[in-house]
Amino acid sequence: MANSGIVGYGTCVPQFRIKPDEIARVWGEEPDRIIKGLGLQEKAVPDIDEDAGTLAVEASRNALQMADIDPVKIGAVYVGSESHPYAVKPTAAMVAEALGATPELTAADLEFACKAGTAGMQICMGMCASNMIEYGVAVGTDTAQGRPGDALEYSAGAGAAAMIIGRQKSQWVAELEATYSFTTDTPDFWRRQHAEFPSHGGRFTGAPAYFRHVMGATQGLFEKTGTTAKDFDYFVFHQPNGKFPLEAAKKMGIDLEKVKPGLVTPFIGNTYSAASMIGLCAVLDKAKTGQKILVTSFGSGAGSDSFSISVTDRLEEARAKVNHPLAYYTAKKTYLDYGLYVKHRRKLKSL
Amino acid sequence: MVLLMRDVAIVGVGMSKFGEEWGRGYRDLILDAGSKAVGDANLSGSEIDAMFVGTMAPGRLVGQEHAGALLADFLGLNPIPSTRCEAACASGGVAFRQGYMAVASGMHDCVVVGGVEKMTDAPGGDVATALGGAGDQEWELFMGATFPALYAFLAHRHMLDYGTTEEMMAAVAVKNHKNGSHNKYAQYQNEISISDVLKSKMVASPLKVFDCSPITDGAAAVILMPLDKARKHTDTPVQVVASAQASDSLALHDRKSLTKLAATEIAAKKAFAQAKMAPKDIDVAEVHDCFTIAEILAIEDLGFVPKGQGGKATLEGRTALNSDISINTSGGLKACGHPVGATGVKQVVEVAWQLRAQGNGRQCTGAEVGLAHNVGGSGATAVVHIMKRVN
Repeated sequence: MANSGIVGYGTCVPQFRIKPDEIARVWGEEPDRIIKGLGLQEKAVPDIDEDAGTLAVEASRNALQMADIDPVKIGAVYVGSESHPYAVKPTAAMVAEALGATPELTAADLEFACKAGTAGMQICMGMCASNMIEYGVAVGTDTAQGRPGDALEYSAGAGAAAMIIGRQKSQWVAELEATYSFTTDTPDFWRRQHAEFPSHGGRFTGAPAYFRHVMGATQGLFEKTGTTAKDFDYFVFHQPNGKFPLEAAKKMGIDLEKVKPGLVTPFIGNTYSAASMIGLCAVLDKAKTGQKILVTSFGSGAGSDSFSISVTDRLEEARAKVNHPLAYYTAKKTYLDYGLYVKHRRKLKSL
Repeated sequence: MVLLMRDVAIVGVGMSKFGEEWGRGYRDLILDAGSKAVGDANLSGSEIDAMFVGTMAPGRLVGQEHAGALLADFLGLNPIPSTRCEAACASGGVAFRQGYMAVASGMHDCVVVGGVEKMTDAPGGDVATALGGAGDQEWELFMGATFPALYAFLAHRHMLDYGTTEEMMAAVAVKNHKNGSHNKYAQYQNEISISDVLKSKMVASPLKVFDCSPITDGAAAVILMPLDKARKHTDTPVQVVASAQASDSLALHDRKSLTKLAATEIAAKKAFAQAKMAPKDIDVAEVHDCFTIAEILAIEDLGFVPKGQGGKATLEGRTALNSDISINTSGGLKACGHPVGATGVKQVVEVAWQLRAQGNGRQCTGAEVGLAHNVGGSGATAVVHIMKRVN
């Protein structure tokens, strides 16, 4: 199905950070247990006027800068998130407007926990391959929620990644060679209507949820494409924390050194819908022509999308066009204490 | 009165894997254990004429009450009488005692006793609330105490009065994990060290996560018959030679002592009198280690070691497999897991395996006499059974 490829990608991560030590201090937990147990150094926190929409816009504009295409030729925008600013009113329309892609296009918001962004990539792949559109934009964006004091509070980060997918081979910086999905009805993590914070099944989120689906999709892709772990130079797995992706790799006999370049959650937290896509961007920022990348997302509820991606000789030149690559966002940091964090995340109810 | 009763034997035992059995529901677990026990007893379900089932909180945990009839139905045992027994974490032990009395009295000839709990479907907070029902709701739980907190009171008092240390308590968990590492049915089959326990997360000082039994799904089942009919079904009947139960106040503040469970002490005395035995006659015992301090209290209250010496004896290895007395060969509640309603029945299953020399890597060599000790709540119910191998 090699009829679509990435023509541009971009990311956005808010500049604020909070460390597990600071959260642990407030809740009387031992920071080492969090840092080692979850493999987390710090997480990104949005500014008071940032939301999943603003992050999506900036990531998409960065992608557009790299793609260097006429935005009116964008025929579809899909934004995957579990923190869309509005329950009803599409983030995708805001992104399309901000890109200058309106009005002749289709747009919609997607939700599949942490994998809605990669679901958008698959939709764009299909639309490009079938000649429905010239270019499609798929965004994964989140300002993730964690109940104060819950284990999620240490990891729930903020960030966005955007992929502009096109059908003209000459424009691809990376070819989307194949995709494979693995989906079941597994209630490991959810948020009901009107609930402010998600609930989760504790240890149930591990073996029957994350690992079953991530490994199921990855192995499914291997089988579908007749490949093995040896055929890939990098692996990017959804990264709810710093440990799960490495554990999944270990279980599948994958060299951990192929996973670490795409592991960004330890430094920016779990960016939910953006997590595996930002991981992919981190790898694309250093990959060389001809290298192959396997990406597997995971969304609770539950499902995984795997992609086989091959880097073209256009990537290096395209990277140079971007003013704000991921490294810009990961280097620019302002630390918050818990008090400011509470203000930023609007957790203080009397405000 | 005892003389008028029939001798009772265990002719079949079975249990499900204990653990986070996410793929199996409440009824699947008992079906697994029950069919194994029926198979072990080499009988057909039509020969069973009564069922007793221990289960503590299915209403709260999985929304299911009326467990007696439900489980009899799923085991294909309708229309025999089936009765649910509830005594918090001693539900299984109490159910076994009902089964024993039913056969001993001549009312029934072949009884299946089951124990089951499905705990991991409920969020952790709901499980803590459900288990809290084992304590005094008005005086303890309403005031904010959880079960770890109640046992933490007992631990602190024991430390103060007898010099018991956190290391001694940790030794209980270490020993039970070692035993559990040889039990394919155990939730945890990994060994741990004293320092693992001491470094684990604090729950209620001085009890840490590894001082506490886990939340577990599981079921166990036992088939009882009159001893004189047991030989038809098994070459190795295990005779139940004593069955005793005692009660105490639910609330800790109503007790005279916080360094013993009086109900255990009383039930044990009665059981030893019935069996015409003494603590030194016991080779192998499954005792109720819902927390590590609970095992220390148990081995003292049952008379295996003098009061105050339980921690020291454990740290010195005197309760390890094939030492002075083999305590919790299954891994206990700590390592084998603690599906509350199933635990009391699982203890009997383990003792039966030991007396039948089927303990695999955890066999107490030459075990002739075994004891099962099941506690409800923080000691408001205690049940003690003594069993012996019939040669």
